[in-house]
Amino acid sequence: MVTLAALLAGVVVALSAGATGAWAQADGEGVQATLNLDGEPVPGVTISVFTEDGQPVGSAETDQDGYWTVPVPESASYRVELDESTLPDGVTVVGGNVREPFVRAGSVGNVLFGLEAGAAPPGGEQPPGEPTPGQPSPGAEEPAAPEEEAPEDPEEDVEVVAGPGRWDRVVSHIYSGIHFGVIIALAALGLSMIFGTTGLINFAHGELVTFGAFAALLVNVTGIHFFGYEMRFHLLVAAPVAVALGILFGYLQDRFFWGWLRRRGTGLIAIMIISIGVALVLRNLYLYQLGPGRNLYAQYAVQAPERIGPLTVQMKTLITDGVGLLVLVAVGLALVMTRLGKAVRAVADNPSLAAASGINVDRIIRLVWATGTGLAALSGVFLAMHESANYLMGFQMLLLIFAAVVLGGLGTAFGAVVGGVVVGILIQVSTLWLPSEFKYVVALALLIVVLLVRPQGILGRRVRVG
Amino acid sequence: MNWDLIFTQTLSQAFGPGVIVFALAAIGLNVQFGYTGLLNFGQAAFAGVGAYGLAFGVATLGWPFWPSVLAGLAAAVVLAVLLGVSTLRLRADYLAIATVAAAEALRRVARSVELQEWLGGSDGLRGFANTFREYGFNLGLGRGDNLRFGPFFFTATNLWVMIVGWALVAVSLLVVWLAMRSPWGRVLKAIREDEDAVRSLGKNAFWYKIQSLLLGGVIGALAGLIQAVRIGNVSPDQYHTTFTFYVYAVLILGGAARVFGPVAGAVLFWGVYNFLSQFLREVTRLEYLPSGLLSATQVDPLVFVLLGVGIIALLIFRPQGIFGDRREISLNVR
Repeated sequence: MVTLAALLAGVVVALSAGATGAWAQADGEGVQATLNLDGEPVPGVTISVFTEDGQPVGSAETDQDGYWTVPVPESASYRVELDESTLPDGVTVVGGNVREPFVRAGSVGNVLFGLEAGAAPPGGEQPPGEPTPGQPSPGAEEPAAPEEEAPEDPEEDVEVVAGPGRWDRVVSHIYSGIHFGVIIALAALGLSMIFGTTGLINFAHGELVTFGAFAALLVNVTGIHFFGYEMRFHLLVAAPVAVALGILFGYLQDRFFWGWLRRRGTGLIAIMIISIGVALVLRNLYLYQLGPGRNLYAQYAVQAPERIGPLTVQMKTLITDGVGLLVLVAVGLALVMTRLGKAVRAVADNPSLAAASGINVDRIIRLVWATGTGLAALSGVFLAMHESANYLMGFQMLLLIFAAVVLGGLGTAFGAVVGGVVVGILIQVSTLWLPSEFKYVVALALLIVVLLVRPQGILGRRVRVG
Repeated sequence: MNWDLIFTQTLSQAFGPGVIVFALAAIGLNVQFGYTGLLNFGQAAFAGVGAYGLAFGVATLGWPFWPSVLAGLAAAVVLAVLLGVSTLRLRADYLAIATVAAAEALRRVARSVELQEWLGGSDGLRGFANTFREYGFNLGLGRGDNLRFGPFFFTATNLWVMIVGWALVAVSLLVVWLAMRSPWGRVLKAIREDEDAVRSLGKNAFWYKIQSLLLGGVIGALAGLIQAVRIGNVSPDQYHTTFTFYVYAVLILGGAARVFGPVAGAVLFWGVYNFLSQFLREVTRLEYLPSGLLSATQVDPLVFVLLGVGIIALLIFRPQGIFGDRREISLNVR
């Protein structure tokens, strides 16, 4: 009874103090609260904020009044963790040390941690870090939803307090759209090239993105065991290695699987369904091997943002965008300028004619698979650098990749790039007005509108597609 | 090893309520994919809107049972028309992209925090199946009337779901059988074989394809309704794209473009799934394997890997399934 009263008091004070605290924090979105125990402020407690994808946003320590605040970049769900080791002795958090508030655009959300003195309540303790995946209940009842995602339930205890909207935010959303768009474009280019040359829509392309992220994670964090030595490399080494592994993976896939299916004469529709099966197998292999957690790279996970003009960006964002654009331009130039690129375009145009004019169609398709998987792997590394590596990351991106490819024109290499950037900008800017969870609906709506109005896409040729 | 439990579970599940969901979803897909050649990769979305229609109507809006069921079916019709009108004039693969995207986007919306008040977020909705269960009670299927028959064991609630579910399966099969031997069904099959030829004969292929997508989608929504009343809960992750893939597996296993193919496929698929997961659970429990090779949390991913590999092998080596005709399913994208 005493603890309950203390808990209630803590919550009430946090509410009232939060309202006054908002005056100190009126610029953009953020999360804040005041930590109290029996009405007394608790200073010196560390609270860290992560994005939904596990990327650290920032952390704060409660001040003499028990107040803490962390600014966050945009309206989204965040994961707020209270470091229990920094609490005074004998004080525990009620209901676990993690909250998942949803911060609305232009507002500062209050995150409540109830504190109580004495033993931890039963079941209140919860290890920080990995979200626990939902396990289908035993008894063979629930297989329809095998791949439950980490729970994203926000707590109810978030309150909108204050915050203006600013023109700067439009600019920063456009920039983050370009950034996201480059990552989408890298993956979309591969998908589009593979479709162009083989006619296959590879539903496992998202898993190739995940492959890159996990390959880099293996070299960077897990380490390679080699004759008793355990080697880990800096991300600057791990990223190219991951892309190289991706290229190899793509080559081997076509050499031993997709190419074999083509030669057997398996129908395209059957191959498409097979690609969904391949996606399922790969996804569950990742889960089997690495578990459902979210993994960060050893380097560049946290980086203080810098202010450049109206933008607040991290250096890694600028550098990865630069590298991504360079790679896109290089692949584009290779397609246009080199003999090999010409051969790729010839196969995409008409495989039989290309074969008749002396092009080794199978070799070209193998090259396209290798390049496409390498690009997807690079996209995966970039995505995991900015968010985190998770076995579902690629699958979650697949819808955006499809939207990009259809918008640009199915099978056109440059269209995929343009489509990727446009989709990226559109969904990021849409979060200015819509909750960020609806960005997939925006992508779907875009896809349907494009199919209705201009099914050949922005850069597609005007041929009859029906 | 408790073989008794494994076989009891496997056999009971192979005819239990779970299999009905897959059978219905596959019968719907059979109309679309098997007979008409439409690549609907979003059957999970059709089942999902059916289930959510019922749950949203009863649990959120407080409607009675039947209007909510109708709302679920109507939602499937709307989805079919929306997807059909935008993609069915185009090449077959556009429908595949649009349906898979729609399924994923709808799942995201259902999970969203913003709509949690209405759709329940990632936990979904519950408390809408009582009326359905009461109908069962009124017919004398009270609590405790469990059925134990040879190796089979079903609870009273499940029995009622099974009676309704298998009746729906029978009706759907009858509808499909009658439809496919009618002139209308012959047009669908002709569209699958050569759409241009059908068009040149003056048939409106686009309109027929929309009708086919609609009929299959409504049967898919019935699958969602059964799933909803069976579990008493709808949640977005029940209608993951993986569900769609399993429905394809069921359909191809049984044989596409065969009336009874989906039912045979569903029984077999569901039996194999349950056998594998029960068996591997026992293996982990009894620690037959060296430690570190298979932990309890790794059982589910491993089952899905094995199923996936099995289905891929089926598609490669016997695409006609058990009862199918190879000539009927050698489809290609036109």
